[in-house]
Amino acid sequence: MKLDGNAIAGLLREIFTVEMTLAESTCAGCGAVHPVGRVDVYMNAPGVVVRCPSCEQVLMRIVHGKGRYWLDLAGVRRLEFADS
Amino acid sequence: MAFISRGFKGKRRDPAASSRLPPGQYLVDGFPVLSAGPTPRADLAKWTFSIEGEVDEPRRWTWEEFRRLPSEKVTVDIHCVTKWSKLDTSWTGVSLDTLLEGVETAADYAVVFSDGGYTTNLPLEDLAGGKSWIAFEYDGRPLDPEHGGPARLLVPHLYFWKSAKWVRGITLQLEDQPGFWESNGYHLYGDPWREQRYWGD
Repeated sequence: MKLDGNAIAGLLREIFTVEMTLAESTCAGCGAVHPVGRVDVYMNAPGVVVRCPSCEQVLMRIVHGKGRYWLDLAGVRRLEFADS
Repeated sequence: MAFISRGFKGKRRDPAASSRLPPGQYLVDGFPVLSAGPTPRADLAKWTFSIEGEVDEPRRWTWEEFRRLPSEKVTVDIHCVTKWSKLDTSWTGVSLDTLLEGVETAADYAVVFSDGGYTTNLPLEDLAGGKSWIAFEYDGRPLDPEHGGPARLLVPHLYFWKSAKWVRGITLQLEDQPGFWESNGYHLYGDPWREQRYWGD
C-alpha cells in the first residue's frame, strides 16, 4: 500500500527534530526534487521505504528497533530545509 | 448489561500451535501483505529465472522451462520479522535442489534478486537440502502478485523477509553480501528460533 510523505511526518520529526514534510529532497537517481510530504511511502514492511514519485527509486530506508534507528539516505542526494 | 456465556473461552487454539511459535511471535489467520515498493506485474513471456555469479556456467530457465521442472507441494509455518506467524501454509514450488543440480560452484553464499530491485542474502546451504523452493502456487492457486507472483522464494526456516517476492534469480558468491534489509539494521541470517531480528541479535 502506497502512502505519501505525510505518513512519516512524526517519524522524521523524531529523527531530525524539525518539521521535515516541507523539506525539498533531491533524488540521487533521477535528480527530481520533491517535498518530503509528497514522496511515496511504503510502511507495511520490516521498515519504512521512501521512494521517488518520479522514478520509484528508493530514497530512504528507515528501520527502528531495539531502541535504535538505522537510516539509509543513499538515494537522497540533498535535503534542503529551513532552520528552526 | 453484558451477557457472559460460560462456554465461551475465546478463540480456540491448537495446544500444539504454541510449540510451533518462535519467541516474540503471535499467530494470524489471514495472510498480511508486506511490500517495500510497487507491485511488479511480470510478463511471463519475458520472465526468466537465473543462477549466476560463481558458477561454472550460468543457468537460465524461461517460465515454460521452469514450469516443466518437477515440483513439490509443501505445507510449512512462516514467521515474519514484524512478529506475525502463520501455520500450515500450502505451496507448490520447485525445490532449489532441482535448480542447483549439477551446478559447480565454490560459493558459500547467495544473493537472491527480484523484480523491483529487492535483494536478500543467505548461505547457500540454507537454500539446498530440501529447505527452500521457488513457489508459484499458494493454496493450490497461482500465486497472487501481491504475495509475490508469478514466483517467490520460499525459505520458511528463516524470517519471511528472506522469502523474496517476484524472484528472478540467484547470484552465487564467495562472500556474504547484505541485501535490501540486511544492509540497514536487519540481521544477516534471520533465524526466528534465535530471534535474530536486528544487527547484534
